[in-house]
Amino acid sequence: MSNTEVTPPMDVFIKGLWRENPVFRMLLGMCPVLAVTNSVMNALAMGAATLFVLTMSSTLVALLKDFIPKQVRIATYIIIIATFVTVVDYVIQAISLDLYMALGAFIQLIVVNCMILGRAEAFASKNSVPRAILDALGMGLGFTIALLCLGAVREVLGNGSFLGFDLFGPSFEPWSVMILPPGGFFVLGFWLLLFAYVKERSDARKKGQEEMSHGG
Amino acid sequence: MNQSAIMSDSPINKPAVSSWAMFRTLCGVALFSGLIIVIVYQTTLPFIQENRRKAIERAVFEVLPGATQRLTFSVEADGPRLITEDEVVSTRMYAGLDGSGNLVGIALEAMGQGYQDVIRLMYGYDPERELIVGMTILEMRETPGLGDKIAHDPRFLANFEALDVSLNADRTDFINPVVAVDQGDKINPWEVDGITGATISTQAVTRIIGLNAKEITPYILEHHDVLKGASS
Repeated sequence: MSNTEVTPPMDVFIKGLWRENPVFRMLLGMCPVLAVTNSVMNALAMGAATLFVLTMSSTLVALLKDFIPKQVRIATYIIIIATFVTVVDYVIQAISLDLYMALGAFIQLIVVNCMILGRAEAFASKNSVPRAILDALGMGLGFTIALLCLGAVREVLGNGSFLGFDLFGPSFEPWSVMILPPGGFFVLGFWLLLFAYVKERSDARKKGQEEMSHGG
Repeated sequence: MNQSAIMSDSPINKPAVSSWAMFRTLCGVALFSGLIIVIVYQTTLPFIQENRRKAIERAVFEVLPGATQRLTFSVEADGPRLITEDEVVSTRMYAGLDGSGNLVGIALEAMGQGYQDVIRLMYGYDPERELIVGMTILEMRETPGLGDKIAHDPRFLANFEALDVSLNADRTDFINPVVAVDQGDKINPWEVDGITGATISTQAVTRIIGLNAKEITPYILEHHDVLKGASS
């Protein structure tokens, strides 16, 4: 049993939202993060699709971990992940062709999202099914929140709208660069800066409190 | 350090996993995967087909103003053949009919290279007046904010409300070639007014429609009576 088993279940879930956020802390899955976040709807759909694939594949990997020989584990994980990506691909086509067109090849590319394979290898293959599900839900939600953070800024500035609803009226001149690929890098850089700043402040505050308690 | 402890950690001494165990695992997971995919495919197929049918229907009615019904034809050497929706054929076209069953025009699909990827579009052709009467983009990956204006810019789409594609007497070429011009320079009905900042995309749309129309419109005019007869 891994030493991660001693972590309280709530921590397993919460760490993906902030402390080990796959995008803002670990910089994983950058390809869809930059490519599909030009609107809130695209970000939401990609986040939901990734969350589903991550949760299902982590569950199955945790369930089968004792039967999968180490030598073929990566190949097995890839088959499992590709299965659920195919499922998502068909389901999105059944829900909306427009959404499917908007997300383009990035649905199929969830197969090679290093976050999903990373969680299968680093967590699900060493933990029980409930913990693997909690970890996947936390990481998936953290990934979705990160996509939404980027998508919201890019759509509001680049298109003057939020979820398709016009915010500023016809006089607003959209910042087209925000929905172009460079806009993805600008906004990601801004969010990374913000997260690093908040973490630095939080660490400094903890250090100050520790010093005070030692001094007292 | 104890020699036996070192030896027990060595990968050589780890119990070997049999080839059968690896084969069994991969085959088992692949079979499970196949089963899941087949079930999901069979479940979602009717919804996907319905979505595609609706998308085509929406596009046909969009590019043929006044059409309320449609018929699907297969383009064949000996003339157009009325087919069912599900029939698989190499090239198809859609006849748009008004409420009284009169032929409004023919909707055609065309595709070609855009700036970033293939552009797939549908346009409506009125054989009576030899005009293109509508155009809509079905699929594209043009630059957001620039090239993708070909799908939404009302001024650009207005080019295709009455674009002249009249053929010469022997129906081998257009009387006037369909060309894209700079934004604001359109004078003649066979010119397409471009979009500043989306030059390559607008030229691509013009080229795709021009090439496709040059190939298919002689066929439609030749079999116009058949299309009208089948429609009524």
